[in-house]
Amino acid sequence: MSRAALLVLADGRFPAGGHAHSGGAEAAVKAGRITGTASLEEYCRGRLHTAGLVAAAFAAAAVLGAEVRELDSAADARTPSAALRGAARRLGRQLLRAARVAWPTAELDALAREFPKGAHQPVVLGVVARAAGLSAQDAAYCAAYECVSGPATAVVRLLSLDPFEATGVLARLTTEVDRVADRAVEAAREVVAGAGVDALPAASAPLMEIGAEWHAGWAVRLFAS
Amino acid sequence: MDRMTLTGVHATARIVARDDGRGGTSLPVLEGEGPLALRRTRGSGAEARVMVVGAMSGPLGGDRFGIEARVEDGARLGVGSAAATIALPGQGKEEARYDVRLDVADGGELRWLPEQLISARGSDLRVSTRVDVGARGRLVLREEQVLGRVGEEPGRLGSRLTVRVAGRAVLDQELACGPGALGGWDGPAVLAGHRAVGQLVVVRPEFAVEPMAARMLGECAALTPLAGPAVLVSAVAGDALRLRRVLDEALAQLGG
Repeated sequence: MSRAALLVLADGRFPAGGHAHSGGAEAAVKAGRITGTASLEEYCRGRLHTAGLVAAAFAAAAVLGAEVRELDSAADARTPSAALRGAARRLGRQLLRAARVAWPTAELDALAREFPKGAHQPVVLGVVARAAGLSAQDAAYCAAYECVSGPATAVVRLLSLDPFEATGVLARLTTEVDRVADRAVEAAREVVAGAGVDALPAASAPLMEIGAEWHAGWAVRLFAS
Repeated sequence: MDRMTLTGVHATARIVARDDGRGGTSLPVLEGEGPLALRRTRGSGAEARVMVVGAMSGPLGGDRFGIEARVEDGARLGVGSAAATIALPGQGKEEARYDVRLDVADGGELRWLPEQLISARGSDLRVSTRVDVGARGRLVLREEQVLGRVGEEPGRLGSRLTVRVAGRAVLDQELACGPGALGGWDGPAVLAGHRAVGQLVVVRPEFAVEPMAARMLGECAALTPLAGPAVLVSAVAGDALRLRRVLDEALAQLGG
């Protein structure tokens, strides 16, 4: 098993369908809450410490062997927006399709059988990371980074933002991504040490949840979520 | 009696609501403690109604407040509060806690509609609300947080709301805001300068058969079906008054 598998999994070109999603940025742009580099950075920072922390902790817990069905149900409770639950399951299903070819294992096959409509993406990400021989921390990094790189990339298209500026935002967030990944792994360890899924963080972002429902009702949109 | 300690006041109020067998609800336990006084007020129909009356301001830093309510099979309970709760700074640096534990049995019904929680400058409060609803239980719960009194910077406020139906979590949400909270809490993903944030949770067994469709309620509020027989209305607003207007309208649309 190779650490370089992390690069394959975290690569924006990994064919898991993530490019079709903006991580709520499309709604925030239309509402006038993201207008340029500074507000994109604040958006990503808020997302990182809420949805990003939660996703990273779920991915890490799945690597450590927490019960997948329990994780999936706990992810439902932490995703009140029906539109976001749907998006998370679709992304989970697409990730699993790509991963079963990249790292074929019996565990991934079993996951696909158990969740024909897809499990929450961070949970799938954790199981996939495990199949690829990666650690809980690797999975947490991958989830935390993905939750900010998605909106940053989307905003380049939505606002014709300079891609150098968007990459600068991601670079400035890296130490916070480190901290989020560490906290996520800590929480995941508590889960498997006996505290159960209640020990997973549940940090929420009201405007992302509300914006997701608004976005889902649009007739025309560039991104799926 | 409440316990005064070096660090603050510890007080827990308790309510038990029971079917009185004559089409009404009795309250075999109605115990206030210290600053948390309870009054039974005139109910309507089968519902018993209780008002939480704050006998002094608080919670202050170091205080530990709690309310525990249990609604038994066939009982109907409505709980409100006489005024907003204001979190204020204490003398020490310790945080204050406010823990609410609600238990609604199969066949019980609880309407939990307290006034706002206001986080005043310099305060540091953790609120946790945990609700367990039986498979056929019914719940209406409102939670509203206001960051700062008019024109005031908020204190530090952390809250967690967990709702379980038949043992399964249908909602688990944490929110942290104010000075010292992690980055981005007031940014475009989380609150974007809004100073009032609220949630209305409605649990009804019929939602399992006929789930409600998600919809927007104005620009900054949405109703969404949860993964279980429950819906959530989530809203942010510029101030407490506007937030209440949105949540009241949502409640009316849900049939009260």
